[in-house]
Amino acid sequence: MSIILDHVSYIYGKDTPLAVAALKDVSLQFPDGQFVGIIGHTGSGKSTLVQHLNGLLRASSGHIYFNGEDIYDKDFDMKKLRSRVGLVFQYPEHQLFETDVFSDVCFGPKNLGLDKREVELRAYDALRKVGLPDELFYQSPFDLSGGQKRRAAIAGVLAMKPEVLVLDEPTAGLDPKGRDEILDQVKNLQISTGMTILLVSHSMEDVAEYVDRIVVMNGGSVMYDGTPREVFRHYKELEEAGLAAPQVTYMMHRLKERGLDVDVDATTIEEAADTVMQALGRSGKQRQKS
Amino acid sequence: MLRDITLGQYYQTESVIHRLDPRVKLGGTLLYIISLFFYKNPLGYAVAILFLAIVIRLSHVPFRFMVKGMRAILFLLILTVGFNLFLTPGTELISFWRLTITKEGLQTAVTMAVRLTILIIGSSIMTLTTTPNNLTDGLEKMMGPLKIFRVPVHEVAMMMSIALRFIPILLEETDKIMKAQIARGADFESGNIFKRAKALVPLLVPLFISAFRRANDLALAMESRCYRGGEGRTKMKPLVYRKRDWIAYGCIVLYLAVGITLGRLVWTRA
Repeated sequence: MSIILDHVSYIYGKDTPLAVAALKDVSLQFPDGQFVGIIGHTGSGKSTLVQHLNGLLRASSGHIYFNGEDIYDKDFDMKKLRSRVGLVFQYPEHQLFETDVFSDVCFGPKNLGLDKREVELRAYDALRKVGLPDELFYQSPFDLSGGQKRRAAIAGVLAMKPEVLVLDEPTAGLDPKGRDEILDQVKNLQISTGMTILLVSHSMEDVAEYVDRIVVMNGGSVMYDGTPREVFRHYKELEEAGLAAPQVTYMMHRLKERGLDVDVDATTIEEAADTVMQALGRSGKQRQKS
Repeated sequence: MLRDITLGQYYQTESVIHRLDPRVKLGGTLLYIISLFFYKNPLGYAVAILFLAIVIRLSHVPFRFMVKGMRAILFLLILTVGFNLFLTPGTELISFWRLTITKEGLQTAVTMAVRLTILIIGSSIMTLTTTPNNLTDGLEKMMGPLKIFRVPVHEVAMMMSIALRFIPILLEETDKIMKAQIARGADFESGNIFKRAKALVPLLVPLFISAFRRANDLALAMESRCYRGGEGRTKMKPLVYRKRDWIAYGCIVLYLAVGITLGRLVWTRA
């Protein structure tokens, strides 16, 4: 049970003078239950990559396997794939269209051809999962605040009960509180349901704090693929690719330069605090001895 | 999916035709189209095609690119030719089943096909070599005298350039919303006409909302830069006729003279 991309390339505007290669020979594997961050500069191919995962874009060359089946096979059921790989686009609130939030969330499961009861159950469940207050369920989606609209839109995808949830920049344009709330809920979802989650972002802080693995895209190809610790070790190269490591990484390197024996691989504030305390404790003890 | 539309598109390159004043191109295109309706013999069309070929050559736009835009009107072309071919009464040429091709029918069909094709290619040269902004600038200047009759020329031109500017943005937006709804299991491609029309609701509602939002933002942006209509407004790049524009006008007049002389006089003598 996994998604495998095998030498996937994609060219926008193929056979025209304006052809642009957006993906170049990308091979990746996403096992079940993993929380993966996909990061990259604007135009690095992140969004193009995720649109391949549910068949919205068809690779110019290469293969994609979902649970061992080639999704470009003639008898492969694309509609089924789309119900199992849920894709939340950038600014998903722009796709809301119904007269009330609840009906909008019902749109996805209704399209799956489920009966009314099941559709409504799933919609309630999804709305609860994203933490939208009950009194908003029957309001017009256009009367909600920005953060609430976004949750309603994410619920619209969750209601399809996907096995893989792909979020393209889910925190773009939100304030820090809204951002943390959404990311916390996504993390909870992964823990409680065992869903595979792919988070596209260009915020290193967001990614470092939540994900198990980071894929760095640069110019249409995979630049790094590993745990946050492994990837942020290359913070100098990341800068050259127009990205940056979390501020904590820079802080740790500075401290190390000044002679404090900290673990430079710390990527979150908690880890950093631990290693600083440790380093201070040890050096403190050493000072007492001498 | 929606990126393939070439009709009315601008083709970025460097050429004499690109550099011409938009007024020359607008006027020239208009005169060229009118001239096509004057010709009564093949010689006139030959002159028109020759003139077109020279302009295409000068414009540096690949001919292939223009033909691609023609695909959109292929259906119209076939329909016109078909109707003219079979439904014109006259001397019978070939007849099979219930269809009869007459000499007159064949003549009109061929004339119509040639006329339509060069008419469309001719006018597409204008849009291919002129940026939308330039085009509306030219229109505004040309319609300037209408201000006397209280026609809001500047406003019309501004609306046109905004509309043109928003076409690619809204196309992109449509593409995005369509994908988002497909990802939620929407189906735009199957079912009968009513089902399909209903399937468009999840696409059209967000599209309209986004268009209104963008219009609102644009209005605010324009107001905050003190836009208050065309009264007393100057241009950064005012349109000024140069030597090449007068030469171009000369060429058009020359073409009209040659075309109309050959296209009409020879016929009356024959």
